Amino acid sequence: MGTLAAFFILSAVTLIPAVVVVTSKNIVRSALALVPTFFGITGLYILLRAEFVAGIQVLIYAGAITVLILFVIMLTEGGTGIRIRQVNEQVPVGALASAVLAALLIWVFLRTPWPQGPGALPEYTAAQIGTTLLSSMVLVFEVTSLVLLISLIGAIIIARRER
Amino acid sequence: MNWGAEIAKAVLAAVGMFTFLAIVAAMFGVLLERKIGGWIQSRLGPKHVGPQGLLQTLADTLKLLQKEHITPRAADAVVFNTAPLVVATAGLMGWLVIPFGTLGGTVLVVRDLNIGILFFAAMASMTVIGILAGGWSSNNKYSLLGALRSASQMISYELPLGMALVAVAMEAGTLSTVGIVRAQDGWMGSFIFRQFPAFVIFLVAATAEVNRVPFDLPEAESELVAGYLSEYSGMRFSLFMLGEYAEMFAMAAMTTTLFLGGWKGPLLPPLVWFFLKMYLVVFFMMWVRWTFPRFRLDQLLSLCWKVLLPAGLIWILISGYRITF
Amino acid sequence: MLLLDWLYVAAFAVIGLLLAALSLAIVWVLSPRSAYPQKRMTYESGVVPIGQAWAQFNIRYYLFGLVFVIFAVEVIYLYPWAIVFRQLGKFAFFEMLIFLVVLLLGLAYAWRKGALEWT
Repeated sequence: MGTLAAFFILSAVTLIPAVVVVTSKNIVRSALALVPTFFGITGLYILLRAEFVAGIQVLIYAGAITVLILFVIMLTEGGTGIRIRQVNEQVPVGALASAVLAALLIWVFLRTPWPQGPGALPEYTAAQIGTTLLSSMVLVFEVTSLVLLISLIGAIIIARRER
Repeated sequence: MNWGAEIAKAVLAAVGMFTFLAIVAAMFGVLLERKIGGWIQSRLGPKHVGPQGLLQTLADTLKLLQKEHITPRAADAVVFNTAPLVVATAGLMGWLVIPFGTLGGTVLVVRDLNIGILFFAAMASMTVIGILAGGWSSNNKYSLLGALRSASQMISYELPLGMALVAVAMEAGTLSTVGIVRAQDGWMGSFIFRQFPAFVIFLVAATAEVNRVPFDLPEAESELVAGYLSEYSGMRFSLFMLGEYAEMFAMAAMTTTLFLGGWKGPLLPPLVWFFLKMYLVVFFMMWVRWTFPRFRLDQLLSLCWKVLLPAGLIWILISGYRITF
Repeated sequence: MLLLDWLYVAAFAVIGLLLAALSLAIVWVLSPRSAYPQKRMTYESGVVPIGQAWAQFNIRYYLFGLVFVIFAVEVIYLYPWAIVFRQLGKFAFFEMLIFLVVLLLGLAYAWRKGALEWT
C-alpha cells in the first residue's frame, strides 16, 4: 500500500513539472522545471531498489545536465526572456504520433510476461554494478571510455568552430 | 513496520536537523566568522549585544525577519522566490549522512545510506541550480554574471571533489560514511595520512564549492556587488546565507568523517571529538578567508582543470596500484 | 531498509522546503509594506538601468559545461570500481588504468586545443 501511494505521489512529482516543461512560454522556466521531474524519476528508481542509479540520476541529470541546458539557453536568444509558443501548426500530427506511441507501449506492456517470484526484490547495489562492469561487461566498460573520449573531442570541435 | 511512526520520526529528525543548522551553522557560525575575522585583523568584532556580542546574530535574525519583502519589478517572481528555498534545502540534505558520533553502541547518524558519499556529492551539486535560478530570475546584470561565474566554478570543482571521494572510497572499500569512519582505526589509521593528496584536493575543492575566499568571485562585493545575491534582501538573503553556511559546515563535517577519523579519539566522548575536529576545519576555512586575496576567474579555472583534476586522476591510479599490489 | 532510508531523504527535502517557506511566511506577516516604484527598480549601483540583464552569453560557459558533463560521467564510473577493485585483483586495476588513460588523453586533447583556457 505504502509503495503504491509513493508511486502515485512520485508520478505526480514527475508529470506535473513535465507538463510545465512543454507548455511554459519562458524557456528558462522550462529548463528549471526539469529538476523536479528528475527528482520524481529518482524516487521511482528507489522504488525499484536501484539506489546507485538514483544517486547518478541526481548527480548527472539534476546537477549536471540541467546546468548544461541552462548554459545553452543563456547562449541563445532563449536566455533573453523572450516569450515563445511551444506549439505550432503541427499539433494534430504530433498528437497522432504520441497516441500511436502510447498505444504501442501499452500493448507491449500488456503482452510482456512479467516474471514474478517469491521473496523480496533484489537490490542493485554499487558493488554489484562494479563487479558486473569489471567482469562480464568489461568490453562495454572500456568502449564507454572511448565513447566519452569521442564526445569530448566532438564537443570541443563543434564549440570551437562556432567561435 | 509501522510506516506512520516512521514518517513521524523522519519529520522530527528533519525539523531537528534544520533547527540545529539554523542555530549552530548559521547563527553561531556567522558570529564565529565575525569574531575570528576581528581577531585576525586586530579589531574587536561584534561586542555589544549580549555578553561579548554572543547574541549579535540572534538580533540580526530578528531584524531580518522584519525586513520588507521586495521583489524587483523586472524579476521573474516565481523563480526569484523559489531559489532561496532550494539553496537552503540543498544545504540541509548533506547532513543526512554525517555521522556525529556514537552513544552507547549506536551511531548518531540520521540515516547511514549505502551510497552515502555519492549522495553527499549529489546534494552538494543541487546548490548550483538554486544559484543559477536566483541569479537569472533577478534580471540584474551583476546577478546573472555572478550566477554564471558561480555555476562554472561550482561544476568545475565538483570533479576534483568527486575524485577525492573516490580515493577515500577505494581506501575504505565502501561508500557509506559510517563504514568509512569504521575503516579508520587508531590515530595513524586516519585517512589523512594514507590519503594526504586526496585530503588537500578535497579541502581546496570544498572551499571552492561553498564560494569562499579565495574562490569567492561569484560574490565579489567590490566588483559584482555580491553577484547572484544583489537583488536579494531580508529573509531570502538569509536563506541563501543559511544554505551557504550549512554547506560549509557540512563540508567541514565531511572532511572530519573522510580524513580525520570522524568521531574517533582517545579519552573524550565521541561527540566531543567530532565537534572538535569539525570546528578545527571550520576555523581553518575562516582563517583562509581572512588571509588570502581573491583569485581571477581564469586562474581559478586553471587551478581546477590543469592542477586538481589531473592530480586527482593520477592519485587515484597511484592509490589503486598501492592497494592492488 | 532501503525504502526507509529514502523515506528520510524525502522527509528532509519536503521539510527543508516547508520550513524555509515558513520563514518567508513569517516575514510576510511581520514586515512593513511600502513598495513605491523606485524601490522595485533593478539595482545597478544607483544608476537607472539601461536595457535588461537577460542577454546572450559567451560560448565559453557552454564549453566548460560540456567538458564537465563528460568528466562527471567518468567519475560516476569510478565509484563502483572503487569499492570492488580490491576483491577483483590485478585485472580490475588494469581495466581502470586503460579507462583512465583514455580519459587523460581526452583531457590532454582539451588542454592542447585550449578548451581549458579562459581567454
